[in-house]
Amino acid sequence: MINAGIIHNLINNFEIIQYPLYVGLLLSVTASILGVVLVLKRYSMIGDGLSHVSFGVYAVAIGLGLTNAPILVVIPIVILAAYILLRIGESKELKSDAAIGLFSSSALAIGYLVGAMKHGGFTTDINSLMFGSIVFANRQDFIIMLVTAIIVIGLFVLMYHRIFAVTFDESFAKATGVHTRMMNMLFASLTAVTIVIGMRIMGTLLISSIIIFPALSSMQLFRKFKHVILSSACIAILTFLIAFFAFTDYPFGASMVVVNLCFFVVFAIVGRITKRYGRR
Amino acid sequence: MILQCKDLTIGYDNHKTLENINLTILPGEYVCIFGDNGSGKSTLVKTILGLIPEIKGSIVFGEDLSRKSVGYLPQKNDNLADFPASVYEVVRSGCMNQLGFRPFFGKKEIKRTKEMMKLLDIETLAHRSFSELSGGQQQRVLLARALCATDKLLILDEPFTGLDGTTARQLHTTLDSINKERGVTIIIVSHFIENILKHATKVVHLNQNCMFCGNPKEYMEHYRKEYVFSRRMLKEEELDD
Repeated sequence: MINAGIIHNLINNFEIIQYPLYVGLLLSVTASILGVVLVLKRYSMIGDGLSHVSFGVYAVAIGLGLTNAPILVVIPIVILAAYILLRIGESKELKSDAAIGLFSSSALAIGYLVGAMKHGGFTTDINSLMFGSIVFANRQDFIIMLVTAIIVIGLFVLMYHRIFAVTFDESFAKATGVHTRMMNMLFASLTAVTIVIGMRIMGTLLISSIIIFPALSSMQLFRKFKHVILSSACIAILTFLIAFFAFTDYPFGASMVVVNLCFFVVFAIVGRITKRYGRR
Repeated sequence: MILQCKDLTIGYDNHKTLENINLTILPGEYVCIFGDNGSGKSTLVKTILGLIPEIKGSIVFGEDLSRKSVGYLPQKNDNLADFPASVYEVVRSGCMNQLGFRPFFGKKEIKRTKEMMKLLDIETLAHRSFSELSGGQQQRVLLARALCATDKLLILDEPFTGLDGTTARQLHTTLDSINKERGVTIIIVSHFIENILKHATKVVHLNQNCMFCGNPKEYMEHYRKEYVFSRRMLKEEELDD
């Protein structure tokens, strides 16, 4: 329960926590909505792959001395990686899960190697890149996430039927004239931006959880696409608020995963019960 | 003519599967495309639908028909097993080619969705989850979706895969009535030839760059010596019916 003392502290420290709070909320909603499409299209692990690529590029950017605005360097490269991963997924020569594995380990290794080669090694705490920290969120992250969230929510409102068609059956959607490649590219780009910002908060190793968990939890209980999207966004907001306010003394990324896991277990149990009850 | 392939060469990534295909399909025909696995059946229909680019040659559609106004029932997709979608949502997505630049479906598309659900006798399933349906019910839903997209040409890729005998026969009857009563041209891809020959008006057999094209009776005469059907030989009198 939030008591008067905590509220007083919040008001006093609002200037400090405002960007982490805003960025966290926007990130949670954006990742959870994109997550529904990624999970249903069997691209769940693309988030994991892109976070490793982000780590690699981030480490190389710092290694090359681009310390002022590494995010602006990392974002275009991760978008390019997302595009390459999608194209590999479409081709018959290499399976997309193998491609993600290849990208993940290579980017992580190159990033770590460049960081280690740099005189004096890593100046950024490697632990914070791996597991993230909510205090990293700043005004620049807020602006990028606000724009991304507006685009994602706008897309889902205005292009709901097209998104449904492409997610449900890409071949059919393409045959009826939907520009599937353009839509996939758009989703990959938005996912890439979300991952880059989210990686610093959730960490390289945990970022994919905020993409996968809300969608999976919602799918345990809801049987309509629209309901799954709305439920995912609600779960993501609740998860963030619980992790942000109730687990203040614990690592943020890990807290988010544990709260998400609790939601998944509850939804899975309720889903089983309602399914069995419905069949009777 | 509703569809014509002229000197068409098809394949993936410039690897040719079939060369110099010349095929004309007339309005109202019921065309069966047969062939062994890897013979290029699905590649041919995917090329017709524009899902794969043609390597050489051209595909011409008849008047009042464009590529995106073809109804398509793809091969069974296991990814849909746990997809959260209602039957109504799935069928309505067939009207995507009528949406244009509008963000939402209008009364016309909603009316068409309901009409096709009635035609396929799946009205009572409208609010059920697609993933909870049986294989036969799912195929009827996907057929209704394909019919939402077209009045003229329906392309079905292996629609009987995974269906039991009774369900497959019911689907045959439905397709037959769609072809005869609504005048919809049907192209059906399959490697099960026994039952489909009874309904077909044209047979296309693809086999390693050899192509047979004719009516079912000619097909039987042509292939009688080469093919022994595993369970029962289709009798000629069945074809005459």
